[in-house]
Amino acid sequence: MKKEHVKIANREAWIGVGLVIFNFVWWFAFAYGFGSKDPQDYTYVLGLPAWFFYSCVLGFIVMAILVTIVVKKFFVAIPFDEEMEEK
Amino acid sequence: MNWESLIPLILFLIIIFCVGIWSGGYLKKSTSFAQDYFLGGRSLGGFVLAMTMTATYGSASSFIGGPGTAYNQGLGWVLLAMSQVATGYFVLMVLGKKFAIVTRRYNALTMVDFLKERYRSKWVVILSAVSIIVFLFSAMAAQWIGGARLIESLIGIEYTTALFIFAVSVLIYVTVGGFRAVALTDAIQGSVMFVGTLILLVAVIIAGGGIPAIIADLTAENPNLITPFGAEGTLTPTYVSSFWILVGVGVVALPQIAIRAMSYKSSQSMHRAIIIGTIVVGVIMLNMHLIGVFARPILPGIEVGDRVMPLIALEVMPNWLAGIVLAAPMAAIMSTVDSLLLLVSSTIVKDVYLNYVEPKASDMRVKRLSIAVTALLGAVVFIMALNPPDLIIWLNLFAFGGLEAAFIWPIVLGLYWEKGNKYGALSSMIAGVGLYILSDSFFPQPFGLHSVVMPIVVSFFVYIATSLATQKKVV
Repeated sequence: MKKEHVKIANREAWIGVGLVIFNFVWWFAFAYGFGSKDPQDYTYVLGLPAWFFYSCVLGFIVMAILVTIVVKKFFVAIPFDEEMEEK
Repeated sequence: MNWESLIPLILFLIIIFCVGIWSGGYLKKSTSFAQDYFLGGRSLGGFVLAMTMTATYGSASSFIGGPGTAYNQGLGWVLLAMSQVATGYFVLMVLGKKFAIVTRRYNALTMVDFLKERYRSKWVVILSAVSIIVFLFSAMAAQWIGGARLIESLIGIEYTTALFIFAVSVLIYVTVGGFRAVALTDAIQGSVMFVGTLILLVAVIIAGGGIPAIIADLTAENPNLITPFGAEGTLTPTYVSSFWILVGVGVVALPQIAIRAMSYKSSQSMHRAIIIGTIVVGVIMLNMHLIGVFARPILPGIEVGDRVMPLIALEVMPNWLAGIVLAAPMAAIMSTVDSLLLLVSSTIVKDVYLNYVEPKASDMRVKRLSIAVTALLGAVVFIMALNPPDLIIWLNLFAFGGLEAAFIWPIVLGLYWEKGNKYGALSSMIAGVGLYILSDSFFPQPFGLHSVVMPIVVSFFVYIATSLATQKKVV
């Protein structure tokens, strides 16, 4: 593989790891941060308990937008069949 | 029998057949049969790639079992299920372009091909092939049983007849069309799942009198249903979080998923697949598990979890529409089964037969053999599903976790860490699978974690340590 292509591939793999960590923290923080009290004290968003709305519904929307932006802005298209000419 | 809901299902099956046979047409013209049959000629576009990954992954266990468990556990189970959103982007990003380029350079058609070229070790190949055949075969048998049960409860025919209908449908298009047929039918099945769960969720919300009313009913029955901790308060944060490993990031190591990460055409199709895949997985997972939870106040007292989806669909929608929506779980099972079937058959033909029995086999011979093995495997699974042996059921419990524990580091570190070698790969596979089966049998949930987490952590260190310790040996 060409050096710059290796760099691109490695960077994109790390972006994947970073996104998962962000996704996990968001999911965990809202679910257990808002959800760990007595259900009587829950607040609601669109009829759903707030912890669930922020963690699962909003969290998913945020991830979908984030993934779209990351792929469109930071992912670089490289050819896959480069090897033959190089060797 | 319920003809009104049966007709859409039959139509759905007919469409699937036609696609299978149409893809079979490609194969006739094929110049490189194995590459086309097992990998669709590496020509998948973004949409088909995203859909086939989602559909393969959204198996019966999550599609039928998931909503059923959500019905019993409440919103806590939806929270757990949402860890799967990560698969939508993580698999393609991490295996990514490196996997696409490397597998092309190696001319690899299967995951085992990749491992063979990367580690150049007969034992790695044999051990991988054996684990794939054993684990996926069991997983497949379990899925067939699920598929037949679904037809049984929908149409009200006998289990054996249902199993027969199911087996014949799947076998025809897989044998005739190969990977391209599987991927294309997956795309249809994925779309059915997407639209089906969306319609059903809306119908369930309307039938329940709106979301606030449903949540109020749930709270009145048992306030735990709307907490993240499950109906009995048993879903601890550690346990739920560890599903991020089992059904989230660990999925990169499942052979049926990894193979899809080498089947796409170009960087552009991969980029599109990441975006589409994330959205589709998220919508399907959120919808279908919410359906399970929201079904509870509408239809209380369903004893068998697997029947929640069919019953709620028939309850809240006109029969014909229920028929269309219920094609979704059928689709989920079929799309999982078809890819597993093809994968086990490719392991036998490509990884075992072509590597060790007859390396110089002609294209024609490979073709006959692939089709024959696929058909034969189908027949064997059919017989096993008629009267499932206990061993199969036991193995199926370990299937996904076992494959993840075996393959995650040999694949990921094999791709990104040059010092990794065959000793590291072998020892980490043995440590991973062994520890997983031991831990699951004797210490389920160590430290409150799911039993797959520890083996994955341990096998990481085993891989690194063994590779470093044996650097001089390989050179």
